[in-house]
Amino acid sequence: MAKILLEMKNITKTFPGVKALDNVNLQVEEGEIHALVGENGAGKSTLMNVLSGIYPHGTYEGDIIYDGKVCRFSTIKDSEKLGIVIIHQELALVPEMTIGENMYLGNECGHKFAINWNQTYAEADKYLKMVGLTESSKVQVKTIGTGKQQLVEIAKALAKKARLLILDEPTSSLNEEDSRALLDLMLSFKKQGMTMIIITHKLNEVAYVADKITVIRDGSTIETIDNHGQEPVSEERIIKGMVGREITNRFPKREGVQIGDVKMEVSHWTSHHPLYPEKKVVDDVSFYVREGEVVGIYGLMGAGRTELAMSIFGQSYGVNFSGELKLNGQHVKLRKSEADAIRHKIAYVTEDRKGNGLVLSQSIKVNTSLANLGAVSSHTVIDGDKEYAVAEEYRDKLKIKTPSVEQLVGNLSGGNQQKVLLAKWMFAEPDILLLDEPTRGIDVGAKYEIYCIINDLAAAGKCVVLISSELPEVLGMSDRIYIMNEAKIIGEMKAEDATQESIMAAILRSGRGA
Amino acid sequence: MSDKVSAKPDLKQRVTDFTQKYKVGEFFQKYTMIIALVVVTIVFATWKGKEGLILLPSNLTGLIAENAYVFVLAAGMLLCILTGGNIDLSVGSVVCFTAAIGCVMMASGINIWIAVLVMLAIGLAIGVFQGFWISKVRVPAFIATLAGMYAFRGFSNVVLNGYRVDISNETFLMLFGNGKTSFIPDFVRDLFPGLNGVFTKENAFLTGLIGENFVTKFNVTCMCIGLIAALIFVIFKVRKILVQKKLGISQSIAGQTVSIVLIAALALWVSFKLSCYRGFPMVLIWVGLVLGVYAYITNKTAIGRHLYAVGGNEKATALSGVKTRNVYWFAYANIGLLAGLAGILTAGRAKGIDPVYGEGYEMDAIAACFIGGASAYGGTGKVSGMIIGAILMGVINKGMIIVGVDANYQKVVKGIVLLIAVMFDVLSKRQKR
Repeated sequence: MAKILLEMKNITKTFPGVKALDNVNLQVEEGEIHALVGENGAGKSTLMNVLSGIYPHGTYEGDIIYDGKVCRFSTIKDSEKLGIVIIHQELALVPEMTIGENMYLGNECGHKFAINWNQTYAEADKYLKMVGLTESSKVQVKTIGTGKQQLVEIAKALAKKARLLILDEPTSSLNEEDSRALLDLMLSFKKQGMTMIIITHKLNEVAYVADKITVIRDGSTIETIDNHGQEPVSEERIIKGMVGREITNRFPKREGVQIGDVKMEVSHWTSHHPLYPEKKVVDDVSFYVREGEVVGIYGLMGAGRTELAMSIFGQSYGVNFSGELKLNGQHVKLRKSEADAIRHKIAYVTEDRKGNGLVLSQSIKVNTSLANLGAVSSHTVIDGDKEYAVAEEYRDKLKIKTPSVEQLVGNLSGGNQQKVLLAKWMFAEPDILLLDEPTRGIDVGAKYEIYCIINDLAAAGKCVVLISSELPEVLGMSDRIYIMNEAKIIGEMKAEDATQESIMAAILRSGRGA
Repeated sequence: MSDKVSAKPDLKQRVTDFTQKYKVGEFFQKYTMIIALVVVTIVFATWKGKEGLILLPSNLTGLIAENAYVFVLAAGMLLCILTGGNIDLSVGSVVCFTAAIGCVMMASGINIWIAVLVMLAIGLAIGVFQGFWISKVRVPAFIATLAGMYAFRGFSNVVLNGYRVDISNETFLMLFGNGKTSFIPDFVRDLFPGLNGVFTKENAFLTGLIGENFVTKFNVTCMCIGLIAALIFVIFKVRKILVQKKLGISQSIAGQTVSIVLIAALALWVSFKLSCYRGFPMVLIWVGLVLGVYAYITNKTAIGRHLYAVGGNEKATALSGVKTRNVYWFAYANIGLLAGLAGILTAGRAKGIDPVYGEGYEMDAIAACFIGGASAYGGTGKVSGMIIGAILMGVINKGMIIVGVDANYQKVVKGIVLLIAVMFDVLSKRQKR
């Protein structure tokens, strides 16, 4: 048995009113990749914050034993000195600065008052090569893509002489290709003896990369699963640990599907990048949606799905539009106005709920009514009681877990925030809902509830366009699937004919053809 | 016997229970500035050798008159700050400019109502003009209004030729000034002449209540206004509680009752004090009107909601079908209008206008908003908070003058108060997380 590098013993961490961690135990062997999984709010990030000294010694109970010694970190610097480096979910790079400057930010080469830039860039280039990047370290971070930025983060961690690398949701903003490359990089580090902890929601990644899987639920360790068997651990097996029950069907069945006439038809839809007008972000796209139908649009990140949806929704993204939009068989000329789109009963539920969707500093009530204030007011004067009643109605309908609809949205969990966002758009009473990644970053239980809401919407005769980069989700939820790649729709499949393999194959074929 | 023994060690526990049950921490967090206001008032009211001076009716009247422009400008400033911490630096200059035009017009014999309308219209026009650059061309608000601050100060000088212009129009001074005439006349006494016989020094009960010095000229009308205002306030609040109860909205009845009683009592106390002096000042009508209208706009109207939403998350608001640029335009056009009104009040109080009037007004308005809990990033802040902020600053100003603090140190104290107030705000928000 290999040496145990890290042992966290009986860690208990309480926040005012909440026990975030309750007697958590974690053992990580040297040279292994250890996956930490659990629903949102289960305590994974809190545990890693305890380990890295963000929550200093004394604010938690229990012991951290690293490399045979009991450690008491009071700052991140203390843990980094021992080679424990954490890469956070949100990239912490300064876009205007160069890669090299970023990598040595706070850890500058040479003297504090005389930075040795030659050494900085030489060292930085060395580490960039190790993570497989060919860019010069003198390039500004904002000029490289998110996938590469993630690699820069890892190079930055290596520059800190990491022995134990903690990656918090490293692939959440990456497409499948970049994700796979990152996971392979992790495997190659493992061969060189690096120890890693990965926190992730994507269970296929866990099965692919991890040696051991520790499941955390409600602040306690549930089990540690060994992933050394002949067969990789099945996702169902992990989910069972995470939610405490076996989810036999991750996608609720729809009863009595009634699909009506074509409601919205888009043809030869084209739009261009707002900054580089010569670049097409949506290229000659045609598709239609029928009443009561859930249409999936699958594509890798950057395929143009969000751009398509937003350009239909009041031209809120892009320039130089062309193409035709028909609603109920009637030709409609939509102006560049979100309000106009809402009047035509189109709703766009953004993929970025914090950035583009919700006003976090305001209450659930205020957010719910925001897109349809007219319905709760007369002559622009808001009827506060009516508004409250509406918010309560949607809170019940969507099972938003909150003590009160006066609660600030910023204080809710991701899943509940997503429900508030859905409530807002359902209250706008649209016929057509463009749902962009409606289950991104939320836990399995909340996902299931969102799926049920989607099914209810379809059953009520609404048209749902489900944009997603999770293949099982598109396959499990849609009646029909469009596949997008490089700004074009490259295929259409009926749900019963489509498989993960056939969709991926279509994308690969189109990539070669181009 | 045993009860007594066990009670003592439990004291600490009981204190914690009490704090948790009645949410003492939350109370202090929510009412920090009100508590600060009470403490500051008590400090000045008990100052050795100046006991009770600040609470004299004449000082209270002066407090309102001197700070009228702060309330008016801060109402506009609050809307700008709500949109995302944007401020308007030009208001001081705009106040001077509108007042200058009005004064010159009145000096040349133009009807005062036309002059008043022109002043408001010019204020609004300037606001619309600046709002255009900010909302449509997207010049940063700080810079657009900095430009306005220079330009309109210059224009004021041009209009006034560098000299002071006086106002002699009695009607204007009565309506917008704070001289002896600028109070609502005691028409209740005129209607019921019998009251003169009641308010005499011989009436022991009233003399005891009001005081020997004030009883004969006690302004009954002002007291009536106070009573009616308090009554309307209580009725509205009680109605609201009943409606909420019917809807099943959870609420702390005890807390609301306490705040209703306190506010009503305060209104009665203030009107009582004012009645002892000259009665209800005209300025307070304008201030009250502005504060009422803007509390309503921010609380109950769609545009008010849009101001908060834009400040909270502009992209999300735009994607909800709100024309966000127009929200900015509204905020800046609006503060221009209010600067016009503040110009009228400033000219009325000073009985004329001088080319340097209005300097620093913008900062007083900004400070009132931030002391009153508005977020420097936008999206949060209330008219009620701003009122407390403005009163706190006014009381500190007045108090320092009364106890004789050096004028230079008064500014130091103002600065420290602003810093401490915002520090409290930031710290209490950090704790919540």
